[in-house]
Amino acid sequence: MTKNIAKFLKTNFMCTCIAVFLGFIVACAILLITGYSPSLSMAVMFNAVFSRAKFIVNVIIKSTPIILTGLSVTLAFKSGLFNMGAEGQFIASTIAASIVGIKCNFHPLIQIPLVICVGVLAGALMGGIVGWLKAKCGIHEVITSIMLNWIALYMCNFVANSEMFHKPDSDGTFPINHSGQTLLFYDWKFSHDGREYLQAHPILNDIILKTDFNLNFLVAVVIAVLVWVIIYKTKKGYEFRASGLNPDAARNAGIDVTRNIFYTMLISGALSGLAGVLSLTGSSTPVLHVLSVFENYGFNGLSVALIAGASPIGCIFAGLMFSALIYAGQTLQSKIGTPSDIVNIMIGTIVFFVALVRIIPVWVNRYLQKEERKNAQ
Amino acid sequence: MQGVSKDYAVQMHGITKYFGPLRVLDDVNLDIKKGEIHAILGENGAGKSTLMNILYGMYNPDYGKIYLNGQETYIGKPSAAISQGIGMVHQHFMLVDKFTVLQNIVLGNETTDFFGVLNMRKARKKVIEIIKKYGMKVDLKEKVKNLSVGMQQKVEILKALYRGAEVLILDEPTAVLTPMEVDELLETMQNLKKDGKTIIIITHKLKEIKKSAETCTIIRKGQFIDRVNVADETEQSLAEKMVGRQIKLFVDKKEMTPGDTIFEIQNLSVRCERGIETVKNLSMKIRGGEIYGLAGIEGNGQTELLQCILGRRYADSGKIIMHGKEIQNTNTRNVLDSKISFIHADRHKYGCILDMSVADNVIMEKYREKPFSVNGFLNHEERDKFTKQIIETYDVRPAKCRHQKIRNLSGGNQQKLVIGREIANNPDLLIAVQPTRGLDVGAIEFVHRMLVNLRDQGKAVLLISLELDEILNLSDKIAVIYGGEIVGEFDQKEADEHKVGLLMAGGKGE
Repeated sequence: MTKNIAKFLKTNFMCTCIAVFLGFIVACAILLITGYSPSLSMAVMFNAVFSRAKFIVNVIIKSTPIILTGLSVTLAFKSGLFNMGAEGQFIASTIAASIVGIKCNFHPLIQIPLVICVGVLAGALMGGIVGWLKAKCGIHEVITSIMLNWIALYMCNFVANSEMFHKPDSDGTFPINHSGQTLLFYDWKFSHDGREYLQAHPILNDIILKTDFNLNFLVAVVIAVLVWVIIYKTKKGYEFRASGLNPDAARNAGIDVTRNIFYTMLISGALSGLAGVLSLTGSSTPVLHVLSVFENYGFNGLSVALIAGASPIGCIFAGLMFSALIYAGQTLQSKIGTPSDIVNIMIGTIVFFVALVRIIPVWVNRYLQKEERKNAQ
Repeated sequence: MQGVSKDYAVQMHGITKYFGPLRVLDDVNLDIKKGEIHAILGENGAGKSTLMNILYGMYNPDYGKIYLNGQETYIGKPSAAISQGIGMVHQHFMLVDKFTVLQNIVLGNETTDFFGVLNMRKARKKVIEIIKKYGMKVDLKEKVKNLSVGMQQKVEILKALYRGAEVLILDEPTAVLTPMEVDELLETMQNLKKDGKTIIIITHKLKEIKKSAETCTIIRKGQFIDRVNVADETEQSLAEKMVGRQIKLFVDKKEMTPGDTIFEIQNLSVRCERGIETVKNLSMKIRGGEIYGLAGIEGNGQTELLQCILGRRYADSGKIIMHGKEIQNTNTRNVLDSKISFIHADRHKYGCILDMSVADNVIMEKYREKPFSVNGFLNHEERDKFTKQIIETYDVRPAKCRHQKIRNLSGGNQQKLVIGREIANNPDLLIAVQPTRGLDVGAIEFVHRMLVNLRDQGKAVLLISLELDEILNLSDKIAVIYGGEIVGEFDQKEADEHKVGLLMAGGKGE
């Protein structure tokens, strides 16, 4: 009996759950020390996510970009690369998509694929530069990608402030043309018929009218499955994993590790690019803002990938949890004045514990071995 | 087990040690008289290093007692072992490259005047005394990085003696030495013995035990097997006690029936990272049905030669020809496709991917071909079928290891998988580099048989090894590489240890 429990505790999923649980415990302790009620705060956070359909949908919508950047980091990680540049690739994609989205105006059937393609390509370009520099010149990807993040940030501000795109009296550009947006039921929900129908159905009203309702999350889920298939089921994925785990042995087996580094970063950049362009087209205010600091979509993707233990499917759940925590944190501050920073502490602690709970399987194995030895004697 | 007495420098009785559930030592007894050379013989993983690490205080035994000079003691940590007169020379030397010999010897046990000012003169005097006493030739002013491996080992021995070691443990001391250096080491050991020092030598080389030791303790799978007088035993009987069954120490080979030249290197020159020409104008010809042994001490161009054949290092000049086609300066894929397979010396680093499953490792060179992948997608069924076949053919254990990480297998079983994988490529030339490194006698026998089988099928084998015995035993033709050049080539019949050993060390042949 205890053996089965021990074996169950050993699974990756349970380890992650324990880490999340410990994260909550630490957050509660900090709340207690600083004079806030942990129970009230937790209750508020829970309600902030689950009490209304609108909240749940918002959490799901907000999770989309970080799931995608999480996948971007995961894929690179499987090939032994650390893509710190998801942030920059995300921004580059929004810049390129904004420019095309504002300047072009075709039928949605052409416009949407066009804008998305441009965004994805911009992300891939940013990732590709990092990969190329690593493959050809041996420059470490962490250094180049961090520098490219800043280049992307200032490029964004340059475009957003330029005369051609800047919308007067705002902090950003003009919105992209409506034909490029991927919002669902957008025209209908503001039409006379739509309003009447939604008022008769309060839950649908909550879900569709009160949020930026779109299907981006489904795209993220499909991409997660796709990344899983690429990594574990394809020839290229095999090469990626081999190159990541032991580049020397991979080279000796005739795998072109250098080329794989470039491909990986290209795909990884494209995924972050997809995150960027979808978060733009899926918003009801599709505007490129002037950024004073990073929006952290890329960096949060790093945390998502870490919490998910570099599992593509795990990224979906880690992204949802992450998004829920951030969303709840905002409510926490507005409702009872608890600083929303507590959520950042919580996330940091969880990531920390995720690394730490790797010790659990070791303990469990040791325990099982001891039992075995006892039985043998 | 002998009675506890003052005549014995070291006695370890009933030593039992667990690593996790694994009993690595089970009630082992060791009795070593003062002033004798005692060998500890066992296969890899038999527990001989663990036993010595217990004596040196690196591990604590779970059960059992240790007596030094008839007195029961507790050791517990290396510093305690040192202060009780036990010194150990590890297989991997622990020296500071950029320090001189003297600095290395003194390090950690410096003589100082008051206020901690170093007094090297005093130290030097003491070291010179030791050197004179045992007739060791070492230049104290030389930096360690400029020394040969044999010299570095002397420094390690001096280090132990400087700290007042009465009992000296040598862990696989001859593994990295040339035949000449081995002779020198044996001489040093005799000198130490004359002075009353006790020496424990851990080894699995029977020849050296016969040459040097008086008594020998044999350990098999963590269990004490026997304590014997070496003079009463033959190499064969020692080997059988070590392995626990009848074995063949020498490979049975038919007369070779050489075919046409399959593989040829012409005037090859290769540079290493630092731009120094480490392979110079090297030529060789290997025929089908022949094992071509390349003997040489580490660092004489073997690594660069191998990398160049693999297509991972640029050839400045010269040709590498396989089946009449030039393959130098192409890429690894092309080299493998021209029916050359490799067994790499460091299988953990170059031969397999430790954190991938056994099945994924087995298809490492085949994953891109049908039926293992179709239209870019892997076919896991075919992979598993193929893996099962290799596991069965080569008797890999445990048999149901397909989805386990290859890391979890023992070295011998890993090597079986690697060899199975390479032979499944059906190569015309197999390049085996140190194929038996770290394997036990049984597994070595298997690997050698595989190589001879390939040769008998008319394939060519290039054997690159640092173990001279292996080369002499197995090869039909023997070449010696020194300083990046082939300095001698013999048929098996003409070659002997002395001739080849002299060339390996840079001496002139007749």
